[in-house]
Amino acid sequence: MSKRRRHLFRQALIQATLIILSVFFMLPLVWMVVTALKPIDETMTSPPVWFPSKLLWHNFTEAFAYNSKDLGYIPFLVYGKNTLFVTILAVIGSVVSNSLVAYSFARIRWRGRELLFGITLATMMVPGPVLMVPMYALFRDFGWIGTFRPLWVPTFFGSAFNIFLLRQFLRTIPMELSEAATLDGASEWRTFIDVIVPLARPALVVIAVFTFLWAWNDFMGPLLYLTDQQTFTLSMGLQFFQSQHTGTPWNLLMAASLIVVAPVIIVFFFAQKTFIQGIATTGMKG
Amino acid sequence: MGYLFISPWLIGFLVFTLAPFVTSIWLSFNRWNIVTAPVWVGAANYRALVANDALFWKSLFITLKYAAVAVPMGVVAGVLLALLLNCNVRGIAVYRTVLFLPSIVPAVASSVVFVWILNPQIGLVNALLKRLGIIGPAWLADTKWAFSSLVLMSLWGVGGSMVIYLAGLKDIPVYLYEAAIVDGAGPFVRMRKITLPMLTPVIFFNLVMGVIGAFQYFTQAFIMTNGGPEESTTFYALYLFNRAWRYMDMGYASAMAWILFLIVVVITALLFRTQRKWVHYGG
Repeated sequence: MSKRRRHLFRQALIQATLIILSVFFMLPLVWMVVTALKPIDETMTSPPVWFPSKLLWHNFTEAFAYNSKDLGYIPFLVYGKNTLFVTILAVIGSVVSNSLVAYSFARIRWRGRELLFGITLATMMVPGPVLMVPMYALFRDFGWIGTFRPLWVPTFFGSAFNIFLLRQFLRTIPMELSEAATLDGASEWRTFIDVIVPLARPALVVIAVFTFLWAWNDFMGPLLYLTDQQTFTLSMGLQFFQSQHTGTPWNLLMAASLIVVAPVIIVFFFAQKTFIQGIATTGMKG
Repeated sequence: MGYLFISPWLIGFLVFTLAPFVTSIWLSFNRWNIVTAPVWVGAANYRALVANDALFWKSLFITLKYAAVAVPMGVVAGVLLALLLNCNVRGIAVYRTVLFLPSIVPAVASSVVFVWILNPQIGLVNALLKRLGIIGPAWLADTKWAFSSLVLMSLWGVGGSMVIYLAGLKDIPVYLYEAAIVDGAGPFVRMRKITLPMLTPVIFFNLVMGVIGAFQYFTQAFIMTNGGPEESTTFYALYLFNRAWRYMDMGYASAMAWILFLIVVVITALLFRTQRKWVHYGG
């Protein structure tokens, strides 16, 4: 009996710790939602108002088309469309290019393969700032500054991290499957499309979700390459909105933040399982 | 056929990695404002950085401090949370989601939210502290607190590494624990002799990634403090960015980028050297 009691006590202790931690972790997001629905005067009181006297849903519509004296019109709806455009192209580019390249690294024999793979891994060590200035100059020579192209075109040429992740997965598919397909007269291309791609779907979803997050959250890229306010992405728009220091309308700013965060959370809930597994495998294989 | 499949990456590697990489070495020996033609100045950028630029040293120090404080704190917090989430209690899936979620919130959005809750006058944190009878500091506006604020905020996003530790814990074979219990090992001995050693490869991975990440720490500092107050949060990547895009000093920024690259290589190599002493690759 006492052993059982000790067990129960332990369970209760763990539950309590987890609840307290969860409250702390959720607090910023909860506060974001609460603030987003408040009238402006209730954002400035001390002690803070937990339950707004009325829920102002139109804060969202106002944030979507915010018109400020100092900054002018901040069209979040347009920013949302821009972000979606870049993100969709990036996801397509990333899935297509990385699956081709990883397939080649994992399942085709060719001279210099191991060497090139080693170099590919080494590129992950190169910090972004090293490439920043020359990349900018390159895109400027292409005439791409102020367009979305610097943000999505590179995704069509693969990225070391995703290549590595996919290659690990593709190597676990038995070679016999490919050999059988070849015996049946399938070309390399048909084997790739008909045999390997369907089997690699879980890994491709992980790549897609990673790329979605990366493109959606990207700030440095838009900051460097987007010049016209009409072409901003959500991250840029939010930063632009926030950078107005005096008299920030916190309720609208939080509504705008929520617009940026919500799609990420929605995608997360849809892909939760694959996603957490994907992160876990990257860590383990590294 | 292999070459055909690899061709996107081959082009990508040459155009978007190798060429910029080599160009940036060359640029670091030039003075260049990105508009007029670069002017060769030899090692002048490097000399100016090392001998005459106090902010360079300060930003390097801040970044190293971040790597030395926030990264280990993140490891400890991540492992502790993973250990908790590895317990079998009701609702564990919900807790796992809740603790993980903040780590995927876009950096710009989390920065804006933390600016809001850390607001000295009307922010949530100081309001709660006031309840406890504590007068909170000015956080991001206080030279003594701005850096710590960013470190504390980074712990909010610990969920990403936490899941990796959790996967590591699930990978530890059960028979190790069974054997230890047969041998009469208590929970603390099991933790010290089995759990922690078996986690060391994952800890090592996160440590290396964390240090590399610290040297690229940019968005939060750019949005929340813009390096201030009194340059107390001028991280290396932020200073580099300002050098390049505020002062249009591309050669100088490239020299900084190369010093950054060398430091990252050296630290990573050192970490790999210590590996043999404490990382267990069981097989």
